[in-house]
Amino acid sequence: MAERAHGAVETGIVTVTVRVSRFHPETDRSSGQQDYLVPAGPGMTVLDALVYIKEHLDGSLAYRSSCRMGICGSCGMFISGLPRLACQTQIRALGPVVTVEPLPNYPVVRDVVPDLEPMVTHHTAVRPFIVRGGEEQEYPTAEYLQTPVELDAYLQFAYCIKCGICLSACPTLATDPAFAGPQALAQVYRYSADSRDDGRRARLGAVDIAHGIWRCHLAGACTEACPKGVDPALAIQLLKRLIVADVLGIGRRRGPAPVAPPDMQAQRRPDIPAAPPATVPGGSGAQKNQP
Amino acid sequence: MRESRWWILSLSAAALMVVLLTLHMGLMHLSGLMKVLGVDPGDVRSFAAVMERGRSLAQMVFYLLFLGAALYHGLYGLRSVLLEVTPPRGQGVLSGLVLAAGLLAFAYGAYVTVRTFTG
Repeated sequence: MAERAHGAVETGIVTVTVRVSRFHPETDRSSGQQDYLVPAGPGMTVLDALVYIKEHLDGSLAYRSSCRMGICGSCGMFISGLPRLACQTQIRALGPVVTVEPLPNYPVVRDVVPDLEPMVTHHTAVRPFIVRGGEEQEYPTAEYLQTPVELDAYLQFAYCIKCGICLSACPTLATDPAFAGPQALAQVYRYSADSRDDGRRARLGAVDIAHGIWRCHLAGACTEACPKGVDPALAIQLLKRLIVADVLGIGRRRGPAPVAPPDMQAQRRPDIPAAPPATVPGGSGAQKNQP
Repeated sequence: MRESRWWILSLSAAALMVVLLTLHMGLMHLSGLMKVLGVDPGDVRSFAAVMERGRSLAQMVFYLLFLGAALYHGLYGLRSVLLEVTPPRGQGVLSGLVLAAGLLAFAYGAYVTVRTFTG
């Protein structure tokens, strides 16, 4: 009997009140709220509810989404008091009334769509890519050698999807909009700890400023909020260690990983068919390796 | 100068304060505990003891270091708090004001200490 009752709850439809923040920049001076009654089945996410509202109740609602599977980072919202990805948040777990607001610490474009420009600005300022000296930067010759241990040094920080949720959770950013923010700082560590990179000095200098890394309070809210399990607070602490070691001239610093030498001895096994000819003349190594 | 150098200085000042404050508390305020540990600092708060200590070179250096470390550490923390509510264009003025306040306080504290030393 108890199992049957439990099953009825699992499969039944409950009505959830979704209280959405509404703001139109051309007609509103400040944001308001609007309630929608949404029939919520098992497994329904907040993003599903917003899709339902837009399709059946109010086509003027604006929100941002794309992949619906926690990869693109588009649907970051302030849901029932916490910044989260709408596509990963089960609506029935939040009670009968669910509030949906735009991410804090960002300007609002419309309704629950934040302007992520502050994050993008800081992110691009720290050169979030592998930097190599000389012509290798513009004309890379081959892949760079890296051991699994060297990969582990930065791997978890490479899982950042740039959703901007960590910045909305950051208490420092709430009072200091010029603060670099956990996303950019974590990416500074991610690339500076990458053994293939040769741009550490410039990157560290970009965040070793008055509104840079030293303004972090180590509240850890960024780590709590990250939907991908990245630990930006840890990255910031590790980055502080890197910077102090750099300033004091202590610690070992090896040069960037070497370019992998071409495998001249490799030969195609006879049971593997030959690669098709290159579409760009002289642009493929496949033909060179053909016996 | 890179911000990290100011930050390292602040941490160094904190470490120095731990040593100096331990000595200060032990000698001036925890004489009972020091006696248990086998050190009798005597009546350190009598007028004669204060005047004698004021004319000691070691004491003068001790207090100047203590003054400098405490002022730097405290004012760097204050600047960090104020920086959060100061836009980047105002941070130079803020740093200048905090530096001026620190120099003024250090000059006043050093004057009293040195004046006591020289009599």
